[in-house]
Amino acid sequence: MKEILFHFFAALTLLPAFFVATSRKPVNAAMNMLVSFVGLSALFVLLETYFLAILQVLVYAGAIIVLFLFIIMLIDPHKSPAPSLLRFLASIAAFALMVLTGYFLVYGPEAGPYAQLAAEAPASLSRSFGVALFTRYMLPFQITGFMLLIAMIGVIVVSRKDPATDGGEA
Amino acid sequence: MSIGLEDYLFVSILLFAIGFLGVLLRKNTLIVFMCLELMLSASILALIAFSRYNSTAANPLMEGNVFVLFIIAIAACEVAVGLAIIVALWRRIQTVELGEIKELKH
Repeated sequence: MKEILFHFFAALTLLPAFFVATSRKPVNAAMNMLVSFVGLSALFVLLETYFLAILQVLVYAGAIIVLFLFIIMLIDPHKSPAPSLLRFLASIAAFALMVLTGYFLVYGPEAGPYAQLAAEAPASLSRSFGVALFTRYMLPFQITGFMLLIAMIGVIVVSRKDPATDGGEA
Repeated sequence: MSIGLEDYLFVSILLFAIGFLGVLLRKNTLIVFMCLELMLSASILALIAFSRYNSTAANPLMEGNVFVLFIIAIAACEVAVGLAIIVALWRRIQTVELGEIKELKH
């Protein structure tokens, strides 16, 4: 049962991801990326990391995709022109090379042995995240909070209309 | 056949390769940015799989999971700043095509 679920969710992650890479309209790409992230969070559930699965849906599928869609709506980009044949072939070749290399790295004769599942999942409880975050990783946690604040201020500064260049009409 | 660590790693590699394909193939800044996000998610999947499969009862290996938590926070920052830059670019030259952004070329 778990194998079938793994294959199903792996396909649910990879196929829409492929459509993201090949679509020429940003809106289609964003919608496919949404499906891909839901599949990825299902893979996290299969790895019994429930907290991160929920976080993935909330942050990526919830916030980031909405941000992308909002920007697409705001600037309304046109459909991209098709890539040149040389660029297309080079990209496909690079992709095939990466997949082949990855396949031989993971499944090849030199690969492994891989670790087997031993203990019960440590990260299945959000409590273990809380304990780790508020004891050992307190300082990085605080710094991450400040970084979010800095990013917010930076976004406001970058996307603000500059009165000097725009002639101050706004 | 049971699902082992290597299967998750291969899915992660495939996802990364697909993101890389998109970065090479597409010239729309927004789609390139989405593919960068896909590559980031692929690395997250590899981290979680390693952390899950190598943990024991004595050493639960929360490091990988906590690291993923920070990566997600940083990815949120990165997307916000990147999209702000794209909006600023659109204000200035009304395009998101990478081929048309060549001010620094000459």
